[in-house]
Order: sequence, then structure tokens, then C-alpha cells
Amino acid sequence: MTTAAVTADGRRTKAKPATMAQALGRALRDSMAEDPTVHVLGEDVGTLGGVFRITDGLAKEFGDDRCTDTPLAEAGILGAAVGMAMYGLRPVVEMQFDAFAYPAFEQLMSHVAKMRNRTGGAMPLPITVRVPYGGGIGGVEHHSDSSEAYYMATPGLHVVTPATVDDAYGLLRESIASDDPVIFLEPKRLYWSKADWSPEAPAAVEPIGKAVVRRPGRSATLITYGPSLPVCMEAAEAALAEGWDLEVVDLRSLVPFDDETVAASVRRTGRAVVVHESPGFGGPGGEIAARITERCFHHLEAPVLRVAGFDIPYPPPMLERHHLPGVDRVLDAVARLQWEADS
Amino acid sequence: MTVQELPGAAAYRPTPPPAWKPITDPAPLLPDPEPHRVLGTDAVADVDPGLLLRLHAELVRGRRYNAQATALTKQGRLAVYPSSTGQEACEIAAALVLEERDWLFPSYRDTLAAVARGLDPVEALTLLRGDRHTGYDPREHRIAPLCTPLATQLPHAVGLAHAARLKGDDVVALAMVGDGGTSEGDFHEALNFAAVWKAPVVFFVQNNGFAISVPLAKQTAAPSLAHKAVGYGMPGRLVDGNDAAAVHQVLGEAVARARRGEGPTLVEAVTYRMEAHTNADDATRYRVDSEVEAWKAHDPVRLLERELTERGLLDDEGIAQAKEAAERMAAALRDRMNADPELVPMDLFTHVYAEQTSQLREQAAALRAELDAEQDHDEHDAEAGR
Ligand SMILES: Cc1ncc(C[n+]2csc(CCOP(=O)(O)OP(=O)(O)O)c2C)c(N)n1
Repeated sequence: MTTAAVTADGRRTKAKPATMAQALGRALRDSMAEDPTVHVLGEDVGTLGGVFRITDGLAKEFGDDRCTDTPLAEAGILGAAVGMAMYGLRPVVEMQFDAFAYPAFEQLMSHVAKMRNRTGGAMPLPITVRVPYGGGIGGVEHHSDSSEAYYMATPGLHVVTPATVDDAYGLLRESIASDDPVIFLEPKRLYWSKADWSPEAPAAVEPIGKAVVRRPGRSATLITYGPSLPVCMEAAEAALAEGWDLEVVDLRSLVPFDDETVAASVRRTGRAVVVHESPGFGGPGGEIAARITERCFHHLEAPVLRVAGFDIPYPPPMLERHHLPGVDRVLDAVARLQWEADS
Repeated sequence: MTVQELPGAAAYRPTPPPAWKPITDPAPLLPDPEPHRVLGTDAVADVDPGLLLRLHAELVRGRRYNAQATALTKQGRLAVYPSSTGQEACEIAAALVLEERDWLFPSYRDTLAAVARGLDPVEALTLLRGDRHTGYDPREHRIAPLCTPLATQLPHAVGLAHAARLKGDDVVALAMVGDGGTSEGDFHEALNFAAVWKAPVVFFVQNNGFAISVPLAKQTAAPSLAHKAVGYGMPGRLVDGNDAAAVHQVLGEAVARARRGEGPTLVEAVTYRMEAHTNADDATRYRVDSEVEAWKAHDPVRLLERELTERGLLDDEGIAQAKEAAERMAAALRDRMNADPELVPMDLFTHVYAEQTSQLREQAAALRAELDAEQDHDEHDAEAGR
């Protein structure tokens, strides 16, 4: 959560508070300004600027042909984006909410993920699908799903999710520039999170696929991404009182998965907890725990634990606080990491 | 109090809600009452005889290609083949109405259209042989990959045509789908997008009577598939799908309309699937011989041959020549398909992403090691004289 305040020509610029939503909008704008083949399409993205206002102003600045209000049909939107990409454009699709991306799964699984492979590399599809995901905003049914496991299980897709304002900008720029399709998961409850940020010179972000250590520590590693990062950071602060110095790894990209950064951290600390809010069964945590076990077995002092949402359809908003993993559950898991065996 | 007793009831006349008026007049969008025909009618006099002869030669070749590909399934050289026998007029016309810069979006049954557009006959079959998903570069030929999930290629055609128009390119996309495919959501979404965007697309439905075993009557309650166009605000056209000249004409008009910037058209060709769904299907379970016999009398090759011979444009020798050319194509296809395709296992990892992920690099290394071990083993066996 550092602030890059140096322009390309080395000038220092003043950082100001900005929200993740603003940084995402800025990333779209800058990508469109730089590359005339970048087109934004989706429901309500034009005049309204999207229900979360991420695309605010784009239609005005670039015209309806570059930022297009489409008919209300997710398969149609993504299918049309496939054809546009086949003809050399870089479509950025906005799905209105996580659960409303499901009608487009056929296009996603059968075509978006596979076209490069089906055509022997002749026809890559540089499509970015932006999906606001996850809960915590009191949304009613179908507005709070964490659908990352479905996307992760589909070879051919990149799955990227920022947790900071800087990453929201940098990772979205990288995703749009990628020659492969990217599912760009936006943690919607962090849309209004703020950080000091200088849009004139946003932080340079490494190519997608690199995890980052957000907080160094020695006792155990918390591995997380997207909406659960702030939870883990808070847990790490609270853990100091118990004498635990927790390292926090922000994955940033679920596919590709940065085995190296994760394994290096767990080898240092010997203990790991994976934290996410999507259901645990068949979820990302199982995959991550297995990868850690395969690579770090002899360094582990304890089994890799998971803290996840319950294995239930996303609950009604008045109950969601019971479902979402919070600081206490993370600390409980940390407490179960066989500390006594260590002493 | 009854209705009559209501105060002022006599004066009340319902009027439409304030904002309502029909968006467009539906009448011009409605299809002809009967499928359009050209062969055997006065209209044929206006058709270039050279085009009729070309269509004939291509139809004969197409029929032979279907027969040869089906034979290759019996010899185990093709995993499966969905024949378009009986539908050749549709396949050939679809290929011939397009300019080189235009795009064709075929379904799994439309190998013939791709070959008639100039695709190498073997490259067109790799999907069905099973060595590659798409045996050709779609951009080079402007033929999208043969599409297996029903109707999903239709929105691609819309997006591509839309993108081309945004770029100022004079490109039309022709997308093919079966009667069953018109029930899929993607069909509806594609038509709607195309009409709203006025995209230069032609949707071409080959209504061959069946979706595997399900007859049209169980697929739709619409007056015809062409009538569906009206609801989206585009014209629907009905054509006799066995009349090559008529299909060429109707598709040609739709392509020209799209090129003029007037938007999409839905064309329904009424035809018949003479063979089973694929070589693996048993059509006797769901259809009767008398129906097949009736359609034999309306065979696309015979319709065209009769027209051409009656007008003195084609004689027995000409027919024999067309057949010979088709035989030569079939022999070449057979020979080339008899060679085992070269398989490169390491290609499994090559085209998943632009750059391999570390996960894929690990898996590729593991397969490489397996292959090397296999080869060592084979060499060892060879040395030992086994
Ligand atoms: C989405 C989807 N569902 C089911 C199938 C299986 N399937 C393959 S062909 C077919 C029938 C298609 O009939 P139709 O659209 O009339 O085309 P035809 O085979 O007659 O050319 C079915 C159900 C499929 N390919 N895709």
C-alpha cells in the first residue's frame, strides 16, 4: 500500500486520497486513451457510468462506440466481445454483479478460455471481463457471490484480483494489455477503500502472476487475496498481542499462481493459513493448501489450515457477518497451528 | 353496482398508454408465404448460366466429399462425420456469396461450406479426425473454427461484423446454424444484438427437419423459423434450401443488404437431412422412409441437373466430367487421410496462454520426462532385438 509518487520522467507528484473505484476508472480511461482498440461494453456502462460508476465519463470522452451500453444479455455481451477480439479489438466487458455473469459461462468456458488453444495459437482473445465480486456490502441475494473457484478451474483464463488502490490501477492496466483473457475480480466491498495515490504516476505493477508480501513476519503466513486482505492485515496487527508475528501474502493473481512467493514465505515461517470468503469446500484454499503441502512438507510445523466462508449459498445480508471470515476466525486458526509442539 | 351503472362509463374509451407506438411496421419484415424458388420458374432466365454450372460442379463435388468422409469414418480414419448430404445447395451457396474479405461462421455440420470457400479438404477434417481442434488459421481463410456448442458462434459473428464496421471495413459475416440451434439462448441474443447494432451479419438457418432425433414441431411453435426475425426487427426470408440458385440469390441479397449498412437478415432454408445425424446415429428410430423418399424427388443435385439439361447447358458428358472431377478430389482426400497425422504431445502445453504459467512449465517438464523414458525404453527394446 505504498504510494508511487514519481512520474516516468522522474518528477515527484503529490499523492491524494483516491478510492479503488476511482483507480479502476482511471485505468480504463488511460488504457482507452493509449490504445484505440480498447472498447468497453456492458449493461449501463455508458450514460450511467455503471452501477458502481467505474466507467463514469468514458462514453462522454470516447463516444458510444468505445463505451457501449449493450442489450441486457450476458452471453450476448461476451459472445460479441469474442467476435470483436477476433477482429483485432481489445474488449473490456463489465459484468454487473458476480452472479449475473453466470449466463455467460457457456461463452466463457467454451470459447473465451479455449480459442487460443483451439486455433493452435492463431487466434488469441485479449478480453478482460471485469466482475465485481464478494459480499460485505449488504447486497440482496445474487449480489455477493465469490465465483473465483469456477474461473480458476478453467484452463485458458487468467484470474486476477486486486486488494489495494495501487493494484486496482496497475493490475487492470496489465490485464487489458494482456493477450490472454483475464477474469478481473473486483472486491466490491473495497471499492470505496481509500489510499494516497497519484494518478499522474501510479505505481508500476509487475506483470500479472506475482504475489506480494504485504507484511513481513516470522511466526506464520496468512495467504489471502482481494476482500480478505484487510481482514488479514488487521489480524496480523492483533496477533502481535499474542506474541505471533504474522506474514501476510497477497496473491493478486489466482491464475497464474505464484508458487514461488508462497512457498518461500511458508518455508520461512513453517506455518500457513489460507483465508478467503468464498466457500471452502472445493474452493481456492484447498488447492493452495495442497500446493503448499507438496512443496513445503518438510518445512511445515503444522497442517495448512483454511479459513473460508461457509459451504452455503450466500446468506441474506442481515446474516452475512456470520458467514464472512473475520479477524477472530483468522486468529482462532492461527491459535490452532500447533504452537505447543514448537515450544 | 354493475359496470353499466358506473358514472360516466358510456363516455369511457380506452386509449393506448401515452408513450406507445409501434417501433417499426412489421409487415416488410415478414417472410414470403412460401419458400422462394428459382429453378423451374421464370426467374431462372435472369440467372447467369455460368453461375448455374459452377453451382452444379460444386454440388457434385460436395456430395462426393460427404460420401468420402462418411466412408473414412467406417475405415477408422475419422472419429465422426456429420454429413450434409441433401443440404449441399445451402453449403455451397453460403460459401459462394461471400467475398474474400468476408467471414464465415460454420457449425460442426458445415465442413462443406468451408471447403467450398477454399479451405484445404484435409485441414477441414482435423477436428473430426481428432488430431487438432482447428486444422487451419481462421484469420487466413476468414473461416471461424467449426463450432460444436450449438449457436454459440452466432454472437461471435455479430461482434466481428460490428468491429469491422467500427473500423470502417466493408466486411460481412455469414453465420450458419441448424433448426435445433435456433432454440438456444445465444441465437436470440445474437439476433437481438445484431439488429440493435445494425451489424452486417446474415444468419443462415438450415432447417433440415431434425435436431438429432427431435423434429421441428417439437422445437418451435413459431409459424416458421424465418418469422422469428420480425420480433428482433430484421427481415426474415424463406428459401427452398434444395434450390441452389434460390439459396444463392436470397443469401446474396441479404449479404448485399448487410454491406449497404442496412443491417442483419435471418434466412431460413427449408431442406432435409438425407443421412443420419452422424455416422454414429440410427435415424430409423425417429423417421419414416416415405418422408426420405419424398425428399429424394427434390434432391438439390437433380433439381439443378434437370434445369441445366433442359436448357441445353449441360449434357451427359458434362455431368460425367463433373463426376470425374469429384472422383479425383475424393481419391486425393482418401490418400491424404490414409496417412497417420503427426502428433506432437508437447504441443499440449503450447497454446494455453501466450506465456506458460509456472504450473504448465512443471507439467510440461514432467511429460517431457515421461516421453524420454518411453523412448529410452523403446530403443532398449530395439537393441535387445525385441
Ligand atoms: C449447447 C449444445 N447442446 C447440445 C449439443 C448436442 N447436439 C449436437 S448436434 C445437436 C442437434 C442440433 O440440431 P440442429 O441445430 O437442427 O442442427 P443439425 O444437426 O440438424 O445440423 C445436439 C443436440 C450441442 N452440440 N451443443
